Amino acid sequence: MSSAPAPGAMLRDNLWTNNPIFMQILGICSALAVTNLLTNTMIMTIAVVGVMGMTNLTVSLIKSFIPRKVRMMVQTLIIASYVIVVDIILRAYLPDISRALGPYVGLIITNCIIMGRAEAFAQQNPPLLSVWDGVTSAFGYMGVLLAIALIRELLGFGTLFGYQVMPEIFEPWIIMVMPPSAFFVLGIVIWIGKAIMEREGAPA
Amino acid sequence: MNAPDINLIPLLFASIFTSNILLANFLGMCSFISISKDMQSSNGLGMAVTLVLFMTSGLNWIVYHMVLVPLGLEYLRFIIFITVIASMVQITEMVIDRVSPKLYITLGIFLPLITVNCAILGVSLFLEIREYTFLQSLVYGLGSGLGWWLAIMLLAAIRKKVEKGPVPAALKGPGITVITIGFMAMAFIGFGGMLPVQ
Repeated sequence: MSSAPAPGAMLRDNLWTNNPIFMQILGICSALAVTNLLTNTMIMTIAVVGVMGMTNLTVSLIKSFIPRKVRMMVQTLIIASYVIVVDIILRAYLPDISRALGPYVGLIITNCIIMGRAEAFAQQNPPLLSVWDGVTSAFGYMGVLLAIALIRELLGFGTLFGYQVMPEIFEPWIIMVMPPSAFFVLGIVIWIGKAIMEREGAPA
Repeated sequence: MNAPDINLIPLLFASIFTSNILLANFLGMCSFISISKDMQSSNGLGMAVTLVLFMTSGLNWIVYHMVLVPLGLEYLRFIIFITVIASMVQITEMVIDRVSPKLYITLGIFLPLITVNCAILGVSLFLEIREYTFLQSLVYGLGSGLGWWLAIMLLAAIRKKVEKGPVPAALKGPGITVITIGFMAMAFIGFGGMLPVQ
């Protein structure tokens, strides 16, 4: 990425053609576990958007001061600091959700997408563009996870964001609440996404 | 959650099988999916993860309970844990290089990957949330590592077979792998009722 890419093309690229989950299944560790409820997924992915934007901004601002050899460690520590901020905010304002998310908020640190974008994009690009890249990548990630959570919560509990939407006679699918279904739904979402991409003629 | 009552042996088995760190908690997926293409690398990575998990779970327990809690700095745990893990990985790498160059060739390239493996940090965070004792932490760390190792070997073996099958083009690669993992998760978690340890 020697010349600065156009913001519009970046949006499309990060949301769809180069979506981190479709193309490499990066970064699902920290978030797949919470996809059985839409509310939790929403909060979790918003946290990722914030951390990713801020990390890219910081890395881009101080990139000329970091020696190349220790840059990974510095990036990890920058990410960890923002995750601590997010964790404290969640504890203060949304204690119930903070408890439900458990260790997974902390695991945003090891989310490979954040590190990957900081390394691949923010290292070489100006601050504002880096923030845009971080935020759009995180939105691409958010989209896929929300799709998974939508399917799992609708079929597993018959609700959306905690509100009953399925008719009374609907029998919830217990499997959708359990871990294996996250893998099945993710696999199917990737399948559909890739099939549409192939039809569009995008490089799959 | 009365952690002190949990027996060590059920805890070991639960962390290997029914509460497998990978299949039940989704931790360590990134390297799991990318490395499991090849049996030999899977074996090396699994071994390295087990070693590092065992050591960091003990060390992080000590750091958390002996340093962070007395000083009232619990909120710094994310930074401290990740630093402990990174330095532990570095030290392990140097020691292995010195002691057994042959093992270093097998494990060496995987060690740097481990710092950002979610499973390691995840186990340290679980230890703290579930209030395990020191011994339980060691056992849980060891069991989680063995479980991870077992899961990646199984997946690598299954992927070898699946590659030859007629898979729809769009499902090839990550898609079919994720669905395979789903079936493995069902098999592992299916026995959850026998070992009610969370």
